Amino acid sequence: MNLTDEEKAMRDGRDGDGVAKAMDLLVRYGQALGAESLVETRNVCGTVTATTPFMRDFAMQKGGLDAVFSEFNLDSAQVVDVPKVRAFSSHLQLGFDPHHPLEMGVSEQVVEFYKRSEAMAARMGVQILNTCTPYQVGNVPTRGEHCAWMESSAVIYVNSVLGARTNCEGRESTSAAMLTCRIPNWGYHLDGPRLGTLGVTLDIAVESVEDWGLLGYWMGDWVQDRVPVISGTTQVPNLPRLKHFGAAASSSGGVEMYHIVGVTPEASTAEQAYGANKPLEVRHYGERQRSETLERINANGSDPKVDYVMLGCPHYTIEQIWEAAQLLEGRKVHHDCALWIFTPRAIKSLSDRNGYTAIIEAAGGKIMTDSCSAMSRAVPPGTKVVALDSAKQAHYLPAILGLEAWFGTTVQCIDAACSGRWSAV
Amino acid sequence: MTPTGPASNAKPAKPQPATAQPATAQPASALGAVCETFVIRGRTVVPGIVEGEALVTRDRISGWGGVDPRTGTIIETRHELRGQSFAGKVLVFPGAKGSSGWSAQFHVARLMGTAPAAWLFNRMCTKIALGAVVSHSPAVTDFDQDPLELIRTGDWVRVDADAGVVTITRRGN
Repeated sequence: MNLTDEEKAMRDGRDGDGVAKAMDLLVRYGQALGAESLVETRNVCGTVTATTPFMRDFAMQKGGLDAVFSEFNLDSAQVVDVPKVRAFSSHLQLGFDPHHPLEMGVSEQVVEFYKRSEAMAARMGVQILNTCTPYQVGNVPTRGEHCAWMESSAVIYVNSVLGARTNCEGRESTSAAMLTCRIPNWGYHLDGPRLGTLGVTLDIAVESVEDWGLLGYWMGDWVQDRVPVISGTTQVPNLPRLKHFGAAASSSGGVEMYHIVGVTPEASTAEQAYGANKPLEVRHYGERQRSETLERINANGSDPKVDYVMLGCPHYTIEQIWEAAQLLEGRKVHHDCALWIFTPRAIKSLSDRNGYTAIIEAAGGKIMTDSCSAMSRAVPPGTKVVALDSAKQAHYLPAILGLEAWFGTTVQCIDAACSGRWSAV
Repeated sequence: MTPTGPASNAKPAKPQPATAQPATAQPASALGAVCETFVIRGRTVVPGIVEGEALVTRDRISGWGGVDPRTGTIIETRHELRGQSFAGKVLVFPGAKGSSGWSAQFHVARLMGTAPAAWLFNRMCTKIALGAVVSHSPAVTDFDQDPLELIRTGDWVRVDADAGVVTITRRGN
């Protein structure tokens, strides 16, 4: 790989062991990819805090939080001092909500350990956003901006909807990027790989948040990690729709980039979206594909008695919390059921001020932050059946926790929370 | 298994020559009736030499939410290897999918002793590249012949990722 003099100096230890380890990892990673160089980035989203008992034990045995950062973030068995970050760096979601340790089933010791690591992250200069949707709370990359983000649902959003440039990075590569402002110049940082290779023609109207999730789940399963170009939209989708769409597509497949003709920034026309490519295949999405996808996502559901309703995957927008509050006002969550809604801390504080939190809590629901059930493996005690308005969460929760899952609209989910039953099938 | 790890000090890893060698494609050849052996060649992803039993899947692998690093098993609901362990195996698969927690899961797997012994795959992406690097297990891609066509679960596989040479000895049926 070709390194600049500046990159060689970082690699050779000019800026200390932490930066040298970071550069060493980026070089090994770039060589693995077959990248020819690194690209400069000043916008990094990753995860640096420690939330698991495994990491706590590791810290106790190997030398504290510096040891955890060295191993888990820089792939270095040698313990290095952790320097401050150089890039503007945002923290993603965690393995639990530290404000609700009881519900999350984590011990006080783990929360205390987390708080120490959060303080360390803040001292490093990392923004404690603690969300899978940094683009909702102040980190909105511009078109063409080179980023190093992890969190598949955020990666597909900033590439496709905002026209920023990032691959789906991981814990170690984002940490290295935070310290060096570099990431391998490969994949979606380059022009060619961003162009469409497959076509999706919509034969039906795709309009609701549920519609977009189903389309995304179907499309991801087909295209895997290739770049689809969608045409035939009847309505411009808003943030919650594309947030759900991308999260679904990156769960059933590995989609990191798509185009919607006439909507997304690199697809004013189909010609622009494909560039010199000819679509390898074009598939139609119609009523049959929609109903088969719904059936497939719901294949895990059989018992109509719902114990738990989880909303907020990816983290809810303020508009979605507003909708939930309107649906819940004057109603009560069933005594055999629980309702948890996940959102970024910044949006929770807005919800508090708007009075939505009070409405949701008066109905018996809870607003949580920082995490979700799939990340935390935490659900209310005794949960066997969960209802969700997220195709992504419905994809992961049965695998992670062995639950039955129902997937449907937000209205169906709130109805299930208030009646304790899934009545949508 | 003795995978050679990455440079573990601050010194840079030696630049790896780009070792794509599709031009020297060897035909799969049966060297003996009793012990059929094939050689395929590819590009080094993570250097190192290791031998082990093959575990082959045509399904892509999801990291976070798709595997349990505590046991080294696939947990994804509709995966053809659901419930099977990849610990210490030469994992042969088409590519990665899913969450960006891919590398972190296999990083933890290495620390828990449940990582695959080696990685052989067809489609490169950032998740696999980083996951393979932090697993410290040798890895090869860009093969002259499709490993999914040639390698069967249970075959004995020697992975020389330094040279990009994979030697497969057929076992069982």
